[in-house]
Amino acid sequence: MSAPSAPRVVVVGAGPAGVRAAQALVEAGLRPVVIDEGRRDGGQIYRRQPEGFTRGYAKLYGSEAPKAEALHRDFDALRGKVDYRSETLAWNLTPGELHTVRAGEPQVLPFDALLVCSGATDRLAPVNGWHRAGCYSLGAAQIALKAQACAIGSKVVFLGSGPLLYLVAAQYVQAGAQVAAVLDTAPARPPLAALAGLLARPRLALRGLQLIRQLRRAGVALRKGVRPLEILGSDEHGVAGVSVFDAHGDVQRFDCDAVGLGWHLRAETQLADLARCEFAFEPTSRQWLPRLDEDGRSSTPGVYLAGDGARILGADGAEAAGRLAALAALSDLGHAPGRALYQSQHADLRRTLATMDRFRRGLALAFPWPQAQFAGLPDQAVVCRCEAVTAGELRRCVDQTGSREVNRAKAFSRVGMGRCQGRYCGHAAAEIIAHACRLPVEDVGRLRAQAPVKPLPMDTREVLS
Amino acid sequence: MPADSPTARFVRLAETGRPKLALRIDGRPAEALEGDTLLVALLSHGRRVRDSEFGDGARAGFCLMGACQDCWVWRENGERLRACSTVVEAGMAVLTRPPADYWPMTPDLAAHLSRAGGES
Repeated sequence: MSAPSAPRVVVVGAGPAGVRAAQALVEAGLRPVVIDEGRRDGGQIYRRQPEGFTRGYAKLYGSEAPKAEALHRDFDALRGKVDYRSETLAWNLTPGELHTVRAGEPQVLPFDALLVCSGATDRLAPVNGWHRAGCYSLGAAQIALKAQACAIGSKVVFLGSGPLLYLVAAQYVQAGAQVAAVLDTAPARPPLAALAGLLARPRLALRGLQLIRQLRRAGVALRKGVRPLEILGSDEHGVAGVSVFDAHGDVQRFDCDAVGLGWHLRAETQLADLARCEFAFEPTSRQWLPRLDEDGRSSTPGVYLAGDGARILGADGAEAAGRLAALAALSDLGHAPGRALYQSQHADLRRTLATMDRFRRGLALAFPWPQAQFAGLPDQAVVCRCEAVTAGELRRCVDQTGSREVNRAKAFSRVGMGRCQGRYCGHAAAEIIAHACRLPVEDVGRLRAQAPVKPLPMDTREVLS
Repeated sequence: MPADSPTARFVRLAETGRPKLALRIDGRPAEALEGDTLLVALLSHGRRVRDSEFGDGARAGFCLMGACQDCWVWRENGERLRACSTVVEAGMAVLTRPPADYWPMTPDLAAHLSRAGGES
């Protein structure tokens, strides 16, 4: 069997990692396929507003405007040199073949190397009442503003932790929305180890402090070290307020008609899972991530992972990781121009990624996943928003069926089985199960991904026959 | 404020000079702006997108990035739409409650029905 002259390389995702991967492949002389679910390139972070909108880059992307503009410009220049397929879902992966669907039309794409740049979603922890209309993820609050010039409500509370909490709140204030409060579950004083990590990117850390100052100047109530009590309101009418314990243990209530909720990001790892990649538990962020070498090779030959879909390093890290993984793939395929680029660039790209990873660790320590919150989550709180399964039902399932593993608990409770396929309840469910059976969270496992990775329309035509 | 009240949940902060489009929501005439997603169109007219099938009230979407699937609505012919990733088209007609008497005809269903018809 002779190797084909040009290797078939498929990139999934047209965010910062996917665009830089595609660019590296084109530089090496290839014409890769680029699959993306979005209508336009840019991913979520550099999401492009629809045609006909007129706000400029500075207004849309703030301090990141030059990077957003560069990414969009570079992808525009690649358009004739890549096989770009927007609004296309990669819904399954079998050895050497990626299964896609666009507008109900399925297609199977064989590949020699696959670069999965699938990005991330918000990472959510349930708060009693978070199923109510008007509660959105932080990312959703930002997308409403960036892509549609809307605020999610007339008076908004932001609750959670992580850099996005302050960024979105500041963007809302700048755009003229009313922000009632920013409530951070992270303690007021970060641990020393966090500071060491944050100093890996001092300008970015400083930018974070500026956002907090901006919010304070705008008169927004800022609270750190809070413990969420409830997203108030009614199931019929939706959100009417937020109540939390403040750092002194006193109950504070903020009236609002919308909430932006979130704790950092979680990687979209379904395709890596379907590729049978090995995963490992990452203790700082308490999430399972695919095992990677420093260039982005997964444990499955021919499958490379880059960007926030593999490691939550942010947009700058994703750009470097996308390029590095693409060059590593070409080098592994024995592609001479690609190997030359890999050899001249991999050391610098690895160094960049190491810096990003130190910063990531600092952020994860300064704005921790609220693991202590789950034990106190009341039994009536909804954990699974898709099917309204409560914390009490999940706990009873653990007690009564002895489900000490998340996939087993899913089978009995349906937590993780609904239309989001565990994206927004999976991490919290693992914490609740682990607490209920007194095991470390890594010992209860992780939800396995299933194809299709997102629901397909019923009239999608049969792929086989 | 009732979830079905005509007051908008979303607040438009900019980009309001776009051309207007007419659509129908639950049989009533409504207006959107060119480039709006269906979710924005719905929440510019009311406070809900759909009802939870599990008895926990009104829903108004959650992630806005096509990941949570919380914003499914229907065309009047029964076709399901994800409101956050669907761009409004002029003349579109959507339902926020599933059309009870319509089951979309798929190739599989057509084949099944023709087989069932042949047997009887």
